[in-house]
Amino acid sequence: MKARTMGRHVRESLKSLGRNSWMTFASVSAVTVTLLLVGVFIVIMMNLNQLADNLENDVEIKVITEPAADVEAVKTLEEQVRNTPGVSEVVHATKDEELEKMISSFGDELNLYKQSNPLGDALYVKATDPHKTAEVAQKIDSYDYTYQVVYGEGKIEKLFNVLNMSRNIGMVLILALLFTAMFLISNTIRLTIVARGREIEIMKLVGATNGFVRIPFVLEGVWLGVLGSIIPMAVISFSYYELYSQWQPRLQNELFQLLNATPFILQVNGLLLFMGVFIGVWGSFMSVRKFLRV
Amino acid sequence: MIVMKDVYKKYPNGVVAANGINVEIGRGEFVYVVGPSGAGKSTFIKMMYREESPTKGDIIINGINLATLRSKRVPYLRRQIGVVFQDFKLLPKLNVYENVAFALEVIEESPKQIRKKVNDVLALVGLTQKARMFPNELSGGEQQRVSIARSIVNVPKVVIADEPTGNLDPDTSWEIMKIFEQINARGTTIVMATHNKEIVNTIRHRVIVIDGGMITRDEFEGVYGYES
Repeated sequence: MKARTMGRHVRESLKSLGRNSWMTFASVSAVTVTLLLVGVFIVIMMNLNQLADNLENDVEIKVITEPAADVEAVKTLEEQVRNTPGVSEVVHATKDEELEKMISSFGDELNLYKQSNPLGDALYVKATDPHKTAEVAQKIDSYDYTYQVVYGEGKIEKLFNVLNMSRNIGMVLILALLFTAMFLISNTIRLTIVARGREIEIMKLVGATNGFVRIPFVLEGVWLGVLGSIIPMAVISFSYYELYSQWQPRLQNELFQLLNATPFILQVNGLLLFMGVFIGVWGSFMSVRKFLRV
Repeated sequence: MIVMKDVYKKYPNGVVAANGINVEIGRGEFVYVVGPSGAGKSTFIKMMYREESPTKGDIIINGINLATLRSKRVPYLRRQIGVVFQDFKLLPKLNVYENVAFALEVIEESPKQIRKKVNDVLALVGLTQKARMFPNELSGGEQQRVSIARSIVNVPKVVIADEPTGNLDPDTSWEIMKIFEQINARGTTIVMATHNKEIVNTIRHRVIVIDGGMITRDEFEGVYGYES
């Protein structure tokens, strides 16, 4: 195709937006509403996902050493744990530190034990993959000088199940919403194209190739998608930045953290733009196809 | 120029619109196609520009066999054929000039050539003064002239017209016929389906009568009428 022809297609597609202003408005509104819904949903889902990740990463294994084990033995055990496959992080707390922790939780009566500390040292272990916590814990349990290995057995499995389920539900909802959006938008675009069936018919009769007929419509789909994604992008960006600057400082030490606004919102915007354009192009392509069999 | 050999056309609803048509139309001929409504005239015409395909048989136009032509090649066939309709088929949102230029844009003609050719052809049909007007601002005859201009701007070898005067009053019909005569005089083959007895009997050309999907009469310098 000649560059001049491409220029014509671009001009034609833009002109046609104006000529069919009512239909343009209908399609753009459909894109706007659905993308806004999808966008808000994605923002919520991604943040919940982040919470789920944080919860998962918070799972750790506490290894209590034999109270009788000497410093050397504990060191050997720590080394052994560190070298266990699947272990990402090991924090060593001495028995005195452990006692301090207990005193602060249970009260000063425990100060008595300061003379002769009955506790053993503790190792706080994190697994590279939180889902493999149980496996790692079992392995550590088999080492010498471990007195007890605690990791919330039973509870974390339930937590992981709940988190997985909520992730899946979120994915299904987003997909369902996207599907609805595509259906709705392609139908609106189809209406605009049906209204111009005569135009297509005449183009075909004077010898236009299918590609020549299709390109302006597909380009129009691109413009509809771009126009339709502007408002959702603006609304979501503005609201999220606002929310982030208001709430993130208060969530400093919480498990729940909002996703960093800067890369996240750009990614969401990119996704919305892509979806808008994709849906626009797909809708045009499918609708115009029917009219090309003249 | 145009050859039909044993052409049959049966529509999915069972109607047989062409039942063994054999005809040969030479270069530069002017042919009227007449016959009662529902006799197969429109199908005969539509098969020539491949809006309909024959169920059986061959249609050869300018060396191209339409029966075996791949749909991808249909646009290139149509560029060699001008088509004029009873209802003009103009784009309402384009003005006269743009409607005619459209046929050239579609085949990626250069802007300079488009300007030249469109102005020439508008002069030929006498619409230079109305180039900037829109179809709804024109009379039926003027709209038909735009449609004719569009069909010939590309200098096709064949112009096919499906009742081009069907919606026009007698005086306007004569004007339109004058334009077709001029086009024919330049060597373009013209095939015209018509119900206009006066025109057929006055401007004498070859007459093909179609009835029941068959050619029942084919006369040079013929007259209108389906009987016998």
